[in-house]
Amino acid sequence: MSDGKEPRIGVYICHCGSNIAGTVDVEEVARWAGEHLPGVVVGRDYKFMCSSLGQELIEKDIHDLDLNRVVVGACSPHLHEATFRGACQRAGLNPFLFDMASLREQVSWVCADRAVATEKAKALIAGSVYRVAQNEPLEPIIVDINPNVLVVGGGVAGIQAALEIADAGYHVYLVDREPSIGGHMAQLDKTFPTLDCSACILTPKMFSAGTHKNITLLTYADVEKVDGFVGNFTAQIRQHARKVDVSLCTGCGVCQEKCPKKVIDDVFEAGLGYRKAVYTPFPQAVPKYPVIDVQNCTYFQKGSCKVCEKFCPTGAIKFDQQDELLTVNVGNVILATGYDLFDSRRIPQYGYGRLANVFTSMEFERLANASGPTNGKVVLRDGVTVPQSVAIVHCVGSRDRNYNSYCSAICCMQSLKFAHLVHERTGARVYNCYIDIRTPAKSYDEFYQRVLEEGTVFVRGKVAEVTDAARVPGEEGKLIVQVEDTLVGHQRRIPVDMVILSAGMEPRAGAKEVGKIFGISCSMDGWFIERHPKLDPVATMTEGIFIAGVCQGPKDIPASVSQGAAAAARVLGLICRGRISLEPVRAQVNQDQCSGCRICNNLCPFNAITFIEERGVTEINPALCQGCGTCVAACPAGAITGTHFSNTQVLAQIDGLLSVMA
Amino acid sequence: MTPTSNGWEPVIVGFSCNWCSYRAADSAGMARIKYAPNVRFIRLMCSGRVDPLFVLKAFADGADAVLISGCHPGDCHYITQNYKTLRRFALLKQTLTALGLEDGRLRLVWASAAEGTILAEEIDNMVADVRKLGPLNWKARTAQRVTAAAG
Amino acid sequence: MSKPKFAMYWAAACGGCEIAVLNINEAILDVDANFEVVFWPVAMDAKYKDVEAMPDGDITLCLFNGSIRNDENAEMAHLLRRKSKILVAFGSCAVDGGIPALGNLYPTQAIIDTAFSTLTTDNPQGLRPQTSYAAPEGEIHIPVLASDVRTLDQVVPVEYYMPGCPPESKQITAVVSLVISALKGEAALPPAGSVIGAGASTVCDECPRTRSEKAIKRFRRMATYQPNATECLLEQGILCSGMATRSGCVALCPSANVPCIGCYGGAPGVIDQGARMLSAIASVVDSDDPAEIASILADVVDPAGTFYRFSLAHSLLHRAK
Repeated sequence: MSDGKEPRIGVYICHCGSNIAGTVDVEEVARWAGEHLPGVVVGRDYKFMCSSLGQELIEKDIHDLDLNRVVVGACSPHLHEATFRGACQRAGLNPFLFDMASLREQVSWVCADRAVATEKAKALIAGSVYRVAQNEPLEPIIVDINPNVLVVGGGVAGIQAALEIADAGYHVYLVDREPSIGGHMAQLDKTFPTLDCSACILTPKMFSAGTHKNITLLTYADVEKVDGFVGNFTAQIRQHARKVDVSLCTGCGVCQEKCPKKVIDDVFEAGLGYRKAVYTPFPQAVPKYPVIDVQNCTYFQKGSCKVCEKFCPTGAIKFDQQDELLTVNVGNVILATGYDLFDSRRIPQYGYGRLANVFTSMEFERLANASGPTNGKVVLRDGVTVPQSVAIVHCVGSRDRNYNSYCSAICCMQSLKFAHLVHERTGARVYNCYIDIRTPAKSYDEFYQRVLEEGTVFVRGKVAEVTDAARVPGEEGKLIVQVEDTLVGHQRRIPVDMVILSAGMEPRAGAKEVGKIFGISCSMDGWFIERHPKLDPVATMTEGIFIAGVCQGPKDIPASVSQGAAAAARVLGLICRGRISLEPVRAQVNQDQCSGCRICNNLCPFNAITFIEERGVTEINPALCQGCGTCVAACPAGAITGTHFSNTQVLAQIDGLLSVMA
Repeated sequence: MTPTSNGWEPVIVGFSCNWCSYRAADSAGMARIKYAPNVRFIRLMCSGRVDPLFVLKAFADGADAVLISGCHPGDCHYITQNYKTLRRFALLKQTLTALGLEDGRLRLVWASAAEGTILAEEIDNMVADVRKLGPLNWKARTAQRVTAAAG
Repeated sequence: MSKPKFAMYWAAACGGCEIAVLNINEAILDVDANFEVVFWPVAMDAKYKDVEAMPDGDITLCLFNGSIRNDENAEMAHLLRRKSKILVAFGSCAVDGGIPALGNLYPTQAIIDTAFSTLTTDNPQGLRPQTSYAAPEGEIHIPVLASDVRTLDQVVPVEYYMPGCPPESKQITAVVSLVISALKGEAALPPAGSVIGAGASTVCDECPRTRSEKAIKRFRRMATYQPNATECLLEQGILCSGMATRSGCVALCPSANVPCIGCYGGAPGVIDQGARMLSAIASVVDSDDPAEIASILADVVDPAGTFYRFSLAHSLLHRAK
């Protein structure tokens, strides 16, 4: 071994009740290891190695038999590696002088033949024994946690997270790319199942976030770059130029009022209404400061106008204001970047964008909203006609192999809400065309029962087509919804005045790039990947980066709020502890051997590898290094070593695995 | 799954990343899926750690085949590192072919943490293919030649 | 007191190592002054039986170049091992197998068939060499080709390794001086098993070209592309083995606008030079798409020959199947 001493290895084979022992001859494996494997001084088997008695077996042997390496053959290391490392540590043995073989998940649970399973178990144990003899003692890396927190995304999840942390007394930078926080929730009319007015319940939180002494609100801003590691991140944020001096602006709104340039608002109003070139996205915007939309402003495009500047009572309009780059230091980050609506034009047979009175769910929210473009009147595109019949299509772009296979979680409740609102406002006949009705959460099914009793017609079938091509009398001038009513077993053509498409939720268009900035990945569907889908949904695989809300996967407002609070709790836990210990699996460059070939220089997504021009060698920052080992494998000079997964260790494991041959 | 007529079973060394593919193997175990036991896995932090040196060593030491497994491209826990695995695998395969090793003895499988069934299936397919190719016996082969040539 | 004895022998070799030694110019006089040359086929007439007659360990320093291709090479390796105190695997062939080891890409019979029955060979009867022949005077033998080319240390234990094809004359001069000083008790020889006459890093360390991050979109071949003399050759798409090759030659080839072909063997501590080269090159192929990667790598037309040009016999797989 590298310390010059002979290995004295203890091997422990767990029965795991009958989970392993039922298939693998555990006594034989233990005996064989003790007798045949090099360096093994004791081989034991025991019923439950993870129990306190099992662990004490290890601890006792470390003391009595002077063991300097330990191997346990049991379940998956993902379950109990930490447990046995702890046992080693308590007995005074460095926890990294331990290796674990999975004899359960990889052998007894997947192989029925006793002889074959026992042979495989022996091979895996041999691999671990040969490997562990080459393990080196390592100390974990301890880093301090900066108590500042960065929350990216000011929707309801981000706002919740920010408020929880700020209320606990720590500083939060809340960044949103829009001119105001509020996210998609601010666009909604009523929220299910209570039918609370969305803005009414959201704006108090927005206001708190906007005025909290512990929250620095950075709206109309993007995070461009993040360096560092848990506890010590440095984020570069671009504060886009509002062209308004916020220290002078009082939010009086005169500029908006006087601005002669109208622009179709395709963000907040979903394209149904107008805003001005200088605007706040909605009246309750937080912060209240407007921005100038430079692409549509007459002054910026043609050089004339400047009406806003003329009328501003405090001289807050500043046409030559530039973007500002800010650098903030934080210890943890919560991403709550929300979602984009599925683009219904991708399903041309539903006619959105071609047939005037086909609306998306978000368009309908704006229509129904009292402060929306029609002041809450449910009318057709002409702005006047009240529909007499409305069809609501579920699962648009969701649960569909051609678009997104997943269920968007909220569309059924949303569709039921629409049905209710249409009834309430227009008395129209409403058809909900659904595949299944998904109303699982608290008071959701009761809401469904209520809507059922209101007289909505439920048609169980996936809508095939929405067309204006009339075939029979009564269909002229209508939108015909072609759908198979599967409960009665035939096709229906339902003529209606208005169709509402419950479009699904999709990851934000730039989610992958945002993920790259923060060092996290997206799943095949594009949502941010959580550390564990059941047991750890707000953490990611990258320490210090958390996710909350729909960016992690489709969910409703209560779930988004819960996740925002959960992420905040995790962050507060880290802040409380003040320090975190990181696994010392790192790469390092032997600078005497490094020739400065620079092959490794662009292989690190964490920017841990830098080239030192003056010395012509490369160095690796152990704080940024995440220990993947890619550069170790790439170095043509063999100048980069990886702790705990060194060449010596892996090659030894290969020797061990192949030492057991039939 | 038919074993070979003389009872010979391929021995395959597998390299698995700690995150997706090791969890896929765990999830196959938790689901009690029975699959070919021929793959002996080595856990690494990332498939990007797989050095062609390891693959060559496995063959030289007597493995009949080698399996490399990692997260799907785009899902790598270390963001982009499995693309390096992909590139190295391509060139390694080219080189092994030039050295006379049959296609089918080196395989790359992407498996996400939830894809235990897929990993098990891929392993079954690989073992069936390697059974057809027969034992590689590189160690014995080289030893034989070296002894025969000893002056 | 008699001078220490010196020997130099060529097994499966080209003669370049001998020329490199003679190329040390006047330093050869130091060799002559400090050693008694007892066996050096290129430079003096001596018979194998003369070597057999020496006492074991009598030769102080033996430079053995060439790889072990046939049974004569192997016999001489054993003989010179017995008779030498310090046996140096001299040159890439003895150290790593060298160019002759590329023969390991083929079965020996295929090599013989190619040599004796090409389009340009006049061999109407399809004759093949016989290794023994009953002549009227008695049975004569020629050496038998082994099934594999081996390195010197795969046949006998070796004290030192001196890589290079050939080892650079300046390095040879340095080593000769060191040995002479050591024999006089003025210096210590490195531990047995060391690589001598070479550097501790790779050729890039000595290469004058500018280096940046690598991102290869296409490979180029020397036959069809003239690289510039200032930028790293790999960055220009030329497969230069310098990054995976031990330093010591002062980057002669890249300085002459041709790529390093790897003759100094792997960097210190490296087990398989080809694996290092393969891994490094593949890592910087600038694509994440399997089809594009394949098309970029299609221009690596001879991976085994390129990555293992000098070190196939010392590689993990040692030969083709």
